[in-house]
Amino acid sequence: MFKKNSFYDFAYRRFTRNRLAVIGFAVTLFFVIMALFAPLIAPHEPSEFFFVEGQNVYDKYAAPSSEHLLGTDSLGRDVFSRLVYGARVTMMVALLAVSISTVIGTVIGLLSGYFGKIIDNIFMRLVDIVISFPVLFLLISISTIMDPSIWIVIFAIGFVSWTSTARLVRAEVLRVKELDYIAAARACGTSNLKIIVKHILPNILAPIMVQVTIGTAQAILMEASLSFLGVGVQQPTPSWGNMLMDAQKLLVLRDMPWIWIPPGVVNLLLVLAIYFVGDGLRDAFDSRQ
Amino acid sequence: MLKYIAKRLVMSIPVIIGITILSFGIMKLSPGDPLANFVNPSISMEDLEASRDALGLNDPLHVQYFKWIGEVVRGNFGYTYSGNHQISALIMERLPNTIILTLSAFVLSFVVGIPVGVIAAVKKNSRLDYSLTFLSLVGVAIPSFFFGLLVIYLFALVLGIFPSGGMENIRAGYTGFAYFTDILHHLILPAIVLSLGNIASVSRFTRSNMLDVLKEDYIRTARAKGLRNKVILYKHAFRNALIPVVTIFGLSIPFLFSGAYITESIFNWPGMGQLGIKAIQDREYGIIMALNLITATLVLLGNLTSDILYAVVDPRIRN
Repeated sequence: MFKKNSFYDFAYRRFTRNRLAVIGFAVTLFFVIMALFAPLIAPHEPSEFFFVEGQNVYDKYAAPSSEHLLGTDSLGRDVFSRLVYGARVTMMVALLAVSISTVIGTVIGLLSGYFGKIIDNIFMRLVDIVISFPVLFLLISISTIMDPSIWIVIFAIGFVSWTSTARLVRAEVLRVKELDYIAAARACGTSNLKIIVKHILPNILAPIMVQVTIGTAQAILMEASLSFLGVGVQQPTPSWGNMLMDAQKLLVLRDMPWIWIPPGVVNLLLVLAIYFVGDGLRDAFDSRQ
Repeated sequence: MLKYIAKRLVMSIPVIIGITILSFGIMKLSPGDPLANFVNPSISMEDLEASRDALGLNDPLHVQYFKWIGEVVRGNFGYTYSGNHQISALIMERLPNTIILTLSAFVLSFVVGIPVGVIAAVKKNSRLDYSLTFLSLVGVAIPSFFFGLLVIYLFALVLGIFPSGGMENIRAGYTGFAYFTDILHHLILPAIVLSLGNIASVSRFTRSNMLDVLKEDYIRTARAKGLRNKVILYKHAFRNALIPVVTIFGLSIPFLFSGAYITESIFNWPGMGQLGIKAIQDREYGIIMALNLITATLVLLGNLTSDILYAVVDPRIRN
């Protein structure tokens, strides 16, 4: 898969020996497949309303049956189908948000670490400002000002969570920058841009990949919290966060666990699996072992 | 030492200015006219314009910013759109409740997290270590609102040993010691829910620090001297492993305040988070901005304190 005895070859071998990481990867893959093939897996449309037989009344809060594996919700929609489609929404939000935060964080970290001085000072104070606001506060402010939509959620999470990537990349650049081969490249008259892109970036890719994995897990949690609070993904689009909103009603919480426990459990499973992958990657890239 | 503290203080000045600019910017971007709820609908456009002028709403942005800052420094955050309540009074009413909750969660996360991390490190690669590491990952990975709902379902609804929400039993009208235990009784579940993620990160961090320290030369020296294992672990390793944990003090403050939003709304805890959630529903931007500004400042102070504490306990980082 990788060039024999290269850095990534060793990392790959270490990763596949780590049982938890492999399990995590398999579970993540399972949810990715669920998201990709949602229309084939879900028995119903996620926003389809069901009626009580022979009557013009929504069949709401139906108990699990062969027709509705996890029952129906407060509006008579199939919970299982919403769960399957929810995987799509969750993955899309998390992956796009992490792409945004990784690009911003990497660029700022590279510039900050490589050029230092004033640039570093300005960017690091900017990081200090952003991290002073608890993430959820900033997200809530952004999503209340703009009309909530899935895109606002994606951009809000992306623009709020780049700070840890920026700090990590900066620290890595500071470490790599002093190495001899960079000095050699500079002595040859290589341009700054080429040094950054061709010599520094490939050498700090491993920690960035770990950060992307952890960041994806955190983005999933942020999206779920926002949607649970009603400022994230809006009805009728299903998300694992907004499917739990109903459980704030005592009746649902106490008597209808099939409505709120499954979306919570899949959310936990996916985040946990991604964290296992992240931990596995970190250990695999750590060549000191 | 004094020089380090002075440097840290100077560095936080642009940050606090940035915080106020960001808060002000978000507030200015929010839709809606601050006058809309106060004026008599029959007022003429000229009179409306005149009152906008009088209130300074037509001033250039930087003038508005400095006026706003002048008021904020004196603790005046303006009035709510509906009901004309003083925002600072509303917040001051809630602040102590949030501090009770976050402080309990803060203490809980270190009192539980540090020993768990140390035990996992000392028994490295044992079954106990694996289960503790697994559990702390679950703690990081579980959505806090889901954990909160599970806890309410289990301990309040099924077992009935704790109240499902609120801060006190108002009907009972307890006083004195009974009042104190009543609040404690209401506090336990939300404090556990709020601290779970933090317990998990503190224990993971403590474990990896402890393992790093155990690889150090001075530990090998101590072993070579023939010191007892207990003395090496708890006197030499533990103390040094604790040093970096101080940095988590600062990091856990924004985490706890964020968590308070969710925990308070699930448990009906009458704190700032619950006020914030209500403010979102009612589109009370003034309250949201005041909460943003206050928590950001608290977080900044927390980070400052933990950086200074770090320098106090570890002389190596002072320069």
